[in-house]
Amino acid sequence: MQNHPVYTDNDPQNELSTLNLGPTHPATHGVFQNVLQLDGERIVSGVSTIGYIHRAFEKIAEHRPFYQITPLTDRLNYCSSPINNMGWHMTVEKLLGIETPKRVDYLRIIIMELARISDHLICNSVLAVDTGAATGFFYVMEYREAIYEIYEEICGSRLTTNIGRIGGFERNFNSIAFAKLRKFLKEYPVVLKEFENLTKRNRIFIDRTKDVAAVTAEDAINYSWSGPILRATGVDYDVRAMNPYCSYEDFDFEVPVGENGDVYSRYLVRQEEMWQSLRLIEQALVKLEKEPTDIFHADVPDFYLPPKEDVYNNMEALIYHFKIVMGEIPTPNTEVYHSVEGGNGELGFYLVNDGGRSPYRLHFRRPSFINYQMYAPMSRGMLLSDAIINMSSLNVIAGELDA
Amino acid sequence: MGKLTNEDLLKKVSEKYNDQVTLLGEPFGLLTLETGRDQIIDILTWLKKDPSLQFIYLTDLTAIHYPELPKPIGVIYHLHSLVNNVRVRIKVFLEDADVHIPTASNIWNGANWMERETYDLFGVIFDGHPDLRRILNVDDMTAFPMRKEFPLEDPNRVDKKDYFFGR
Amino acid sequence: MSDIQLVDAPAGVEGAGFFATSIDKAIGIARSYSLWPLPFATSCCGIEFMATMSPHYDLARFGAERLSFSPRQADLLMVMGTISKKMGPVLRQVYLQMAEPRWVMAVGACASSGGIFDTYSVLQGIDEVIPVDVYVPGCPPRPEAIIDGFIQIQKLVQSETLRRRNEPQYQKLLASYGIQ
Repeated sequence: MQNHPVYTDNDPQNELSTLNLGPTHPATHGVFQNVLQLDGERIVSGVSTIGYIHRAFEKIAEHRPFYQITPLTDRLNYCSSPINNMGWHMTVEKLLGIETPKRVDYLRIIIMELARISDHLICNSVLAVDTGAATGFFYVMEYREAIYEIYEEICGSRLTTNIGRIGGFERNFNSIAFAKLRKFLKEYPVVLKEFENLTKRNRIFIDRTKDVAAVTAEDAINYSWSGPILRATGVDYDVRAMNPYCSYEDFDFEVPVGENGDVYSRYLVRQEEMWQSLRLIEQALVKLEKEPTDIFHADVPDFYLPPKEDVYNNMEALIYHFKIVMGEIPTPNTEVYHSVEGGNGELGFYLVNDGGRSPYRLHFRRPSFINYQMYAPMSRGMLLSDAIINMSSLNVIAGELDA
Repeated sequence: MGKLTNEDLLKKVSEKYNDQVTLLGEPFGLLTLETGRDQIIDILTWLKKDPSLQFIYLTDLTAIHYPELPKPIGVIYHLHSLVNNVRVRIKVFLEDADVHIPTASNIWNGANWMERETYDLFGVIFDGHPDLRRILNVDDMTAFPMRKEFPLEDPNRVDKKDYFFGR
Repeated sequence: MSDIQLVDAPAGVEGAGFFATSIDKAIGIARSYSLWPLPFATSCCGIEFMATMSPHYDLARFGAERLSFSPRQADLLMVMGTISKKMGPVLRQVYLQMAEPRWVMAVGACASSGGIFDTYSVLQGIDEVIPVDVYVPGCPPRPEAIIDGFIQIQKLVQSETLRRRNEPQYQKLLASYGIQ
């Protein structure tokens, strides 16, 4: 697939029309623009313009201490913020050489897989809405509310969670959180099955999505695709399986792989990943029963903010709090790259540290940004309605696109 | 599909390129090499095409700015060999007056937007890039915002009173 | 006694088979319970808006059933999310295309004042480019807060005069933004 810029002089008789798709989309997708040249319904060429929500995260991160960067990472892929938070904390733990106890790893896996379910639910139901099937969206949003309630029990907020600390969590998961989690695990599989019944073998849905925007594995790897869309082309690259982090190697899960990379395969891969996430959460709950129930963070007083009761009553905790917030504790003067499997692919954090309170340079390897660059070359020759479905199946989140 | 260790990889690279590539270290198990801008395309192509290495996946392409060094701007490539499950990091440092480097978008198509982002934020010019223009910032911006001398906040704000911000 | 609450009738003269009130109030009530919002969702607040539209919180029961994505057909511009300097002219164009009567709601900290992003590329509040009626703070605001903002807009709509566009202070406000 060639990667050449658009606006070739291919229209001597002025027969092609130009369509401006964006940046104000129907609310679901985000702010990015595509200017398309159309020959009737068929797209001849297209140019993508992004940057409409560039918030300069990497520049801000150079002026903030490690704890204040966690709210920034929330706003990358905001449909699954806990994965971004955990990924950032794991990067800092790798830098500082902190080893988290097993219970913290299992709790982190529960939160990350819930976030993955939340992200894939939005993508698949919005894909169905774009083909015209709006019922599925309204039905599953109720269960995203259930996931939001679980986040609220643990960290207090619904969407941009800012969950966790360096070394673990800020508070233990209480019994209400576990009760809500078990209720979710009982009710949600029924709902997921019903959503599948609506769309998976629906003749209209299959006609709209099968063999639309098929991508070969060579092209996908050449464009550095990752995540469910890469796995839909047949490449089984999942960061959880290849470079396991956070005790994923103790768990038993499968990595679903598709065949020809069309929109229907991407939908199926995401559905199957949601079933595998449910499996992972159930296994984590079983493993948690064997661990002592009062550990929720690693024993690193140098970097773990002490709880407020101790800060007000205990001199040592007060001193540690002061040192952590003012940045008096030296950090290694080196660089680290750590990646996690986000909802859209490999989310990487490249942290270059100079020993001070804030990073010297922090770069986010954002999967939506890298996945989206293939959109314009890929939509050459497609019908306009197929290009819209293609865009929703890529699951481009605007916050991660522009950072 | 064998396991390729960092020592094997370093040995292979030194055999082929001996003094053109220097070893910077292995922070956290990731082999980090430094090379010059004349050899970088050769090295990247060889790393991708060599059948025992097969670094077919370009994970990331970014830059960094150290203003006090003689060669302040560094372009950093992260590669990943999916078959051997090995990653490598390659750095190329450039002088301030001559911030040119050949493009990697002929090797991997995915480098296209990564290089545009690096140009937009740091001002690194990639020779041979098909469409090098700004991608994240407004098109008529003249400065390169990620360089250390550029301020974070907008200097033209009139409504932010320094008195309330402790300045 | 059922617990369904009906809308209070406005002040007026009632008799056998007729009800007389001022046109302002009658039209104000009709408008406020049939607003057509334009969701200008850019980032995280947009996802909270999706949660507000979904059955759990259900903005549609306040009259906002039909979302319009075309500004020509919308009454209320809900700006949800960060607006960067690249997006500012686009937002202004969307506002200019809306026909009177129009109201603007800034949802979230980023739309109200720039939020946590005090950087070179983010517009520090959309009231630098368009006039705003209601600000809903929060990062992101809870769906209940978005509904509260919507109810404030409804109160504004009910209490406004019929032809706001002709009033001198409104004309002055638009002139200060450079809008004719």
